[in-house]
Amino acid sequence: MTTQEQAHWSDRDFPEAAKELLQDSQIRSNVRHATNVIQAKRNNVVGELSDWQQLRDAGAAIRAHSLAHLHFYLAQFEEACTRAGGQVHWARDSAEANRIILGLIQKHDAKEVIKIKTMTSEEIGLNQNLEANGIHPIETDLAELIIQLGHDKPSHFVVPALHKNRQEVREIFKREMNLPDLGERPEDLASAARTYLREKYLRVKVAVSGANFLIAENGAVCIVESEGNGRMCLTLPDVLISLVGIEKVLPKYRDMEVFLQTLPRSATGERMNPYNSIWTGVHEGDGPKEFHVVLLDNRRSPILGDAESRQTLQCIRCAACLNVCPVYHQTGGHAYESVYAGPIGAILTPQLHSMTEGRSLPYASSLCGACYEVCPVKINIPEVLIHLRGKIVEEDQKTFSGKFGMWNMGMQAAAFLFASSSRLSLAQHLGQIGQKLVVSQNGVIERLPSMLSGWTQTRDLMPLPDQTFRDWWAQRKPSADHGIVKEESDVE
Amino acid sequence: MSNSSDARTAILNSIRSALGRSMDASGIAAEYDAIPRAYKREGTLGRDALMDLFAHRLAEYDAGVTRCSVEKISEEIARILEARGRRKIAIPGGLPDGWLPKGLDFEVGTHFDDYQLDRMDGVLTGCTVAIAATGSIVLQNAAAQGPRILSLVPDYHLCVVFAEQVVETVPESFAQLDGMSALPTTFFSGPSATADIEMTRIKGVHGPRFLDVVLVV
Repeated sequence: MTTQEQAHWSDRDFPEAAKELLQDSQIRSNVRHATNVIQAKRNNVVGELSDWQQLRDAGAAIRAHSLAHLHFYLAQFEEACTRAGGQVHWARDSAEANRIILGLIQKHDAKEVIKIKTMTSEEIGLNQNLEANGIHPIETDLAELIIQLGHDKPSHFVVPALHKNRQEVREIFKREMNLPDLGERPEDLASAARTYLREKYLRVKVAVSGANFLIAENGAVCIVESEGNGRMCLTLPDVLISLVGIEKVLPKYRDMEVFLQTLPRSATGERMNPYNSIWTGVHEGDGPKEFHVVLLDNRRSPILGDAESRQTLQCIRCAACLNVCPVYHQTGGHAYESVYAGPIGAILTPQLHSMTEGRSLPYASSLCGACYEVCPVKINIPEVLIHLRGKIVEEDQKTFSGKFGMWNMGMQAAAFLFASSSRLSLAQHLGQIGQKLVVSQNGVIERLPSMLSGWTQTRDLMPLPDQTFRDWWAQRKPSADHGIVKEESDVE
Repeated sequence: MSNSSDARTAILNSIRSALGRSMDASGIAAEYDAIPRAYKREGTLGRDALMDLFAHRLAEYDAGVTRCSVEKISEEIARILEARGRRKIAIPGGLPDGWLPKGLDFEVGTHFDDYQLDRMDGVLTGCTVAIAATGSIVLQNAAAQGPRILSLVPDYHLCVVFAEQVVETVPESFAQLDGMSALPTTFFSGPSATADIEMTRIKGVHGPRFLDVVLVV
């Protein structure tokens, strides 16, 4: 059996991948168009709710509460789901989840499975593993089908193919579905997918899905979708296997009244998405005869132990933070080289890899805070980004090359200078003299040396003025009105 | 399987040790009850405004909406099916006999296999509850609604909604559903749709491409 311990996505760091993607004007224009459209729709339907902030407060509190008592609610879910006829499996990591799912499929002698879009299955590399074992996974979400037939990777977790435009989709479908006369209207493309997949829904007997929510009190599972491909996979096959991250549990059925308002509005800018399916276990005469839930940890549980970054797991995967992010806008999702792109991906990915992969991602942000503002469960992404940057620096400082590297030495020196006003003042005066070497004839600094050169790569730097603000301030005459007093203080 | 129970124990232990101190069930329940829920739960609209809002939201999803009185249900169904040119209609068990107009071909959906259902012209159902603010209709596996597959495979869905089944807000719908939460449940809001290609909403991918709603007032 060929299962990887942890599905591997990233070969390059963010700046390197982003640099390449920024050259692709087609992808940039597709991403810009799609994110602008979703953003506008989202702002429109969020704006019409006068209780939006109260919904965010409740959503954040429910998710934080669920995480704070996760072992309690998972055990409750397991018991209720089992009572309703479902079977619950536990997977510590990708390899274990792959093994469980493969075993279930093989038990039913299935050579094909139909799939509802699930990022969790991307996370564990399920498709590659099934194929390696002679089982053909068929993606049924339109965007995932585009990705699968185009041998591509998702770049957004709500609209995975948003980096492709209609002409590109048409070329993929023409080639892979053998439809030489296919039109390029979105309607033609959707209709081609309908015909292509319908026969598969009716024939294939095993389906694999993710889930949006698990309900602890009654063992219910909820899947939110648009096309009806989800409903097809949930109701037509004999066997349904749902792979779900352990963090997705909610205490009570009625908690969905919050998230079924905030999720669709945040994700696709709709008041409600076309379909939500909610079911418990197995129901005689309605849907699969066998239902399995695979609860996946995959390094989620250790995140709970970090009080500052635990909130990362509150995420309900709406992707609003991607659509609003100025960095994502420019690069698209592939630059993150991660299953989860954008601001949430920048904090989730490194943590899911115990900070061994995606270490450049916490830096892929201008910390503008737009992601926090739109987040329907109030994850303070900038706060977590800074926290993770701190962790990375601390880890680096423990290695010899990190501790004595240019960056660390430079930052330590800066910290030393900034901690005392007299040292800062001395440094400024030295800088005024030293900068003569780098100030160009135009009176600006066009190129800084060595590790500082990144700053001047795309902009000029103004030199230090002859008189600094601090000099000017010190020389000011105390005014009778304001009683300004000269002061000198060290804050060591 | 011992492997599975090992994994279960390992995951729950890992969670417990990450979280540190844990509460008993009554402590958790008290903390849950203290969650702030200042969002809007009860609707405020009068009946006419509520019906208008619901009809308007449905129309925005490209669903057909007509209104009729209780006595005219069967007449209205006949008129709509005629206009749509749909004759072979699947129906769930428990649909009131009075709804079915004469001269059309209705077949009760519990006997179908998937392929037969795929060849029907459409499906006719009632519903459990409907939400005006979002233009959503909720179906459960119950009388006059049937199993989930019934309203999924046919290309056309005609749904009868009574005025008293319409609530204004999503929380009001959950207040009603809470007692029947074990039943397979589907919320649908307009015909099946996707925006996966260039964020253009396209009607009808895999679910019914056409939806009509008869609002009984």
